[in-house]
Amino acid sequence: MMTNLTVEALELTRIYGGREAVSNVSFNLTQGQVLGFLGPNGAGKSTTMKMLTGNLAPSAGSVKICGIDMIENPKEAKALIGYLPEMRPLYKEFTVDEYLTIAARLHRVSSRNIKKAVDNAKERCGLTHMSKRLIENLSNGYQQRVGIAQAIIHNPMVVILDEPTVGLDPIQIRDIRTLIREIGTDHSVILSTHILPEVEMVCDHVQIIDKGKLVFNGGIDVLKRQRIGNKLLIGFKNAPQVSDLLQIAGVSEAEALENNMMRVRFAEDSMPHEAIVQAAVKNGWGLYQIAPDQTSLEDVFVQLTYQDAAVAEASAA
Amino acid sequence: MILNVARKELKSVFASPMGWIILALLMFAFGTYYLNGVNDYFEVMSGAIRPAERYGVTQFVGQTVYGLASFIMLFAVPLLSMRLISEERRSQTLPFLFSAPISLTEVVLGKFVGLVAFLSILIVYIALMLFTLNIWSDIDFGYILANSLGLFLLVASFSALGLYFSSLTSQPVVAAILSFIALFALMILDRFFAGDPSNTMAQLSLMRHFQSFAGGLIDTADLAYFVLFIITFLTLTIRRLDADRLRG
Repeated sequence: MMTNLTVEALELTRIYGGREAVSNVSFNLTQGQVLGFLGPNGAGKSTTMKMLTGNLAPSAGSVKICGIDMIENPKEAKALIGYLPEMRPLYKEFTVDEYLTIAARLHRVSSRNIKKAVDNAKERCGLTHMSKRLIENLSNGYQQRVGIAQAIIHNPMVVILDEPTVGLDPIQIRDIRTLIREIGTDHSVILSTHILPEVEMVCDHVQIIDKGKLVFNGGIDVLKRQRIGNKLLIGFKNAPQVSDLLQIAGVSEAEALENNMMRVRFAEDSMPHEAIVQAAVKNGWGLYQIAPDQTSLEDVFVQLTYQDAAVAEASAA
Repeated sequence: MILNVARKELKSVFASPMGWIILALLMFAFGTYYLNGVNDYFEVMSGAIRPAERYGVTQFVGQTVYGLASFIMLFAVPLLSMRLISEERRSQTLPFLFSAPISLTEVVLGKFVGLVAFLSILIVYIALMLFTLNIWSDIDFGYILANSLGLFLLVASFSALGLYFSSLTSQPVVAAILSFIALFALMILDRFFAGDPSNTMAQLSLMRHFQSFAGGLIDTADLAYFVLFIITFLTLTIRRLDADRLRG
């Protein structure tokens, strides 16, 4: 398959008053990818997005959208991007239709296609029944949808969404995620978020940025593997000794926790679950619970933000 | 693209009551002055004035109306221009324009054209109103056209300056006050130097350059002054917005 690079960021650096808000961020994005941008507050997510969309000039480095340089040919490059900033840029005195028409016109949609583009964007974002309402009077969630509609109205190659699901109810969040996946099939999407499950659901590529530096850049499956791990959480009424558990084949590590719970780590390709249950029955340990011990995504996130560079490089390969 | 931005601005002026109210109030004011002008004309001209000192109805009425218009615009333009950029700054809608495929120059020119187009409604209205004098008399069209052009340039200069001050702050009211003070200072500058009309400072006065148009004279020097004034402030605005992008 031919890979079409839609976004190329090369050593993006942005300095605010002597402090590097973003330093040396490089990445590529190909057509049909959904990239999740993760990071704690103030890590430089929004700054990076502003640079990608030409709202902010990078102090060093370059951005290319479908091969067009953002600094040299800003108009051509911007025409290929749809951008929803963190603060929705809505003119609240207009109705949804009026606003989207203006957006279409400013994004060079030819005048005979404007109506079609507006209708299409409204339909995709579930706004059709809100056409004649003033944006001011819409609920937060609907305003967010208008924001997204505005970003996809000209059918851009790259859609950049800064925290698109903030302030939406769970059903709307699900709709928006479906929409993002849908856009992601033939275009590229970059979205930033700090909701970790969201990344797992919609993205196929993840980048974690911390203090302006890229600390992780790789496929979502790498992140998922980190998450599940090879761990079991087992509850016994009569807890055995750690050494008893270690004798079971495949168990590599065991530790006793409070409330008679034990955490057991096992080797990569072994399945000691059954053996543990049998041993428990035989020795009358009083097994009442056995479940995979999932590291919370927060833990993975914390782990990754402090991880050394070696792991990040290995997973990126 | 400039026109698309201008259309957006016009739409936004008319989307709120502000635009309509300003239009209505100003038209009312001009209409009243026009009516008074016509009444006064008959009173003044019918009586004691010697035939040699009499002058035409166009000039008599036009002087009143255009005098008022140039003065009222001093208040109206800052009120309208204040929100052009600072309002967008405050509600954080500027990224909408910045991430669209339009250059900063087009954004600034579009906003400028939008505001001037709105104010031109009033200029056309005044001209049409004065043309109605032609129904019962023979008026001097040249005088009205020169005045309209002068008023147009004056209003465009006000708008350019207002746009610049609007780009400096995120508080529309601050922008309005600043541009009003600046405009007022520029208007009355020639009064301070009344004793020495050749003083360079006096040359900067907006009112002084409007005077020749008010007399029905289209002077290229004044034309150049207004055009340069507009270009200067539009350039400053573009640079100010570009600084946003560069410095963040």
